[in-house]
Amino acid sequence: MTPFTTLTAIAAPLIRDNIDTDAIIPSREMKSVGKTGLADGLFAGWRYTAIGSREPDPSFILNDPRYAEAQILLAGANFGCGSSREHAAWALAEYGFRAIVAASFNPIFRGNCVRNGIVPVEIDATQIDADGPITIDLPRQTLTSASGQHIAFAIDAEAKAMLIGGLDAIDMTLARAAEIARFRDADRNRRPWAYL
Amino acid sequence: MTPRTAFEKIWADHLVADLGDGTGLLLIDRILLHERTGGVALNSLADAGRTVAAPEQVFATMDHVVDTRTGRTDATLMPTGTRFIAATRAAARAAGLTLFDLDDPRQGIVHVISPELAIVLPGLTLVCPDSHTCSQGALGALAWGIGSTEAEHALATNTLRVGKPRTMRVTVTGRLGTGVTAKDLALHLLDRFGSAGAQGHVVEYAGEAVSALDVEARLTLCNMATEFSAFSAFIAPDEVAFDYLKGRAYAPDGAEWERAVENWRGLVSDPGAVFDAELTIDAADVAPMVSWGTSPQQAVPLGRPVPHHSAVAGRDTREAYDRALDYMGLTAGQAIEGLPIDAAFIGSCTNSRLSDLRRAAAILKGRRVADGVKAICVPGSTMVKAAAEAEGLDRIFRDAGFEWRESGCSMCFFAGGESFGTQERIISSTNRNFESRQGPGTRTHLASPETVAASAVAGRIADPRRTGA
Ligand code: SF4
Repeated sequence: MTPFTTLTAIAAPLIRDNIDTDAIIPSREMKSVGKTGLADGLFAGWRYTAIGSREPDPSFILNDPRYAEAQILLAGANFGCGSSREHAAWALAEYGFRAIVAASFNPIFRGNCVRNGIVPVEIDATQIDADGPITIDLPRQTLTSASGQHIAFAIDAEAKAMLIGGLDAIDMTLARAAEIARFRDADRNRRPWAYL
Repeated sequence: MTPRTAFEKIWADHLVADLGDGTGLLLIDRILLHERTGGVALNSLADAGRTVAAPEQVFATMDHVVDTRTGRTDATLMPTGTRFIAATRAAARAAGLTLFDLDDPRQGIVHVISPELAIVLPGLTLVCPDSHTCSQGALGALAWGIGSTEAEHALATNTLRVGKPRTMRVTVTGRLGTGVTAKDLALHLLDRFGSAGAQGHVVEYAGEAVSALDVEARLTLCNMATEFSAFSAFIAPDEVAFDYLKGRAYAPDGAEWERAVENWRGLVSDPGAVFDAELTIDAADVAPMVSWGTSPQQAVPLGRPVPHHSAVAGRDTREAYDRALDYMGLTAGQAIEGLPIDAAFIGSCTNSRLSDLRRAAAILKGRRVADGVKAICVPGSTMVKAAAEAEGLDRIFRDAGFEWRESGCSMCFFAGGESFGTQERIISSTNRNFESRQGPGTRTHLASPETVAASAVAGRIADPRRTGA
């Protein structure tokens, strides 16, 4: 996973509340049993003129040439609700998004972002001036707009450490394998019915 | 000792290590997989050179993209669906976990089969890369949906790194009225408190109305906690839950059962336990509900019209509201009851269990689905289907003009294959009414199975209390 410290990039505003994971990556676009090849299907239902077509709908924000290089997405509240499919985070990352700014995130989706190097920035995006590049400083937990807005955001320490270090959670936990094994042995005596 | 919530007790029992800042390394007791996301997780795990640490605690089923028409094979209507089935089968076999394959009598929707096989038990931690895993908290487990990478983590380590969620108690006093169901209660909560109402909380449903629900209805209520943005849902295990679980396939037996039940009785929130948030509602205020928009919070009691924007302005922006009405082909103030429908669907992990089918069948008995309405019933599991057939429910559905299908998620969601059709209006016992959820351009109205049945007969959205059983 690519470590994240600070990023200065164009932010594309897609300010709608309750954007669900099927809107982010429609189920019909998840064709292969894998994590790649999904960027093309990102927001497919809105991005293209018709289902199955690949003709860009000019009215959709990501088809606006001004946002061609966007690496930050500004979205509405409850972003990433619905299906837990991690394909939504994979598609966003593969497309090139490194951070998403929204007033709130679905909890499963937020975890999926962190595990794929995307910073969930919990700020009401309607307040942000999206003209010009935006800087996200993860160590300092601040967002700064080109017009000089300076807004702090909260993120839990574990997510922050994983994103900054580009860490793999499985490796971190496997380092505790012996401790886990001891816990399970003791637990098996306490709750034998939990072990099949 | 400080009074604790049931959630805090389960958390403490599973806490392998405190990772600081509210994050815990939690022991995971059960991992469930399905072919839509399970094959990806298993393959990715194997590609990374890792193995499943405790395959005996892991179960996989085929439910999401499988065909549900009679005489099914591995072929699916989803263009690449067969690949998902084949990949999951191969990966499950290689990893040595239990797979409920297409021809297995235990096959079915993951959240339907886990309770009926007692894979989920009170006090267990259970995860599945599927958002409706919260359903299973109905049996007193801490069960929640995760992403694929987290599933790999759980498979490889028997643990997950979890930010401790906040707690909320939703107390429902009194009793639900006749003809008012757990589904209506779930939609009522969404209408009243919004789809972000339980944001990130573990919601404990409590109160007389909740205790009075049978296990299948509790599963329905907890199912829609993810629509409520909850981390998970929980109902304290009681005699109703123990009676339900006893004797089921993976339940403990003999002395171990007794010991387990003794432990489970302690999984209640202590008097005086403090929740981060509390909501209380009166069951008498809950009426049969139907959704009108494209978010499950956009729901009203049957008989009420589409609200004007001013009534929902606190939750829906003008843009979201207009967009929903436009998509649904409705206008403010329009009556929902009486709206002509094109299709009726009974199925999904929300409402496809035997009691759901019985209640729908009671309405359909001796009646016919209205002309031009495509009506489909998909039992939630192969066991539900067999039980329903044993008591003749399939005949009632078929005689009424319903298709009677093999178990699976089917048209609860659009996987790229079967669709109801653009702008078709569907009354559905499912849990999500998002744009294009049941096929590109489809218009979904969520309701209880009895409302779906009554509407199928009327050819319009109808109140089951007036159709009568
Ligand atoms: S029935 Fe529907 S909501 Fe339930 S698991 Fe299947 S697709 Fe998801």
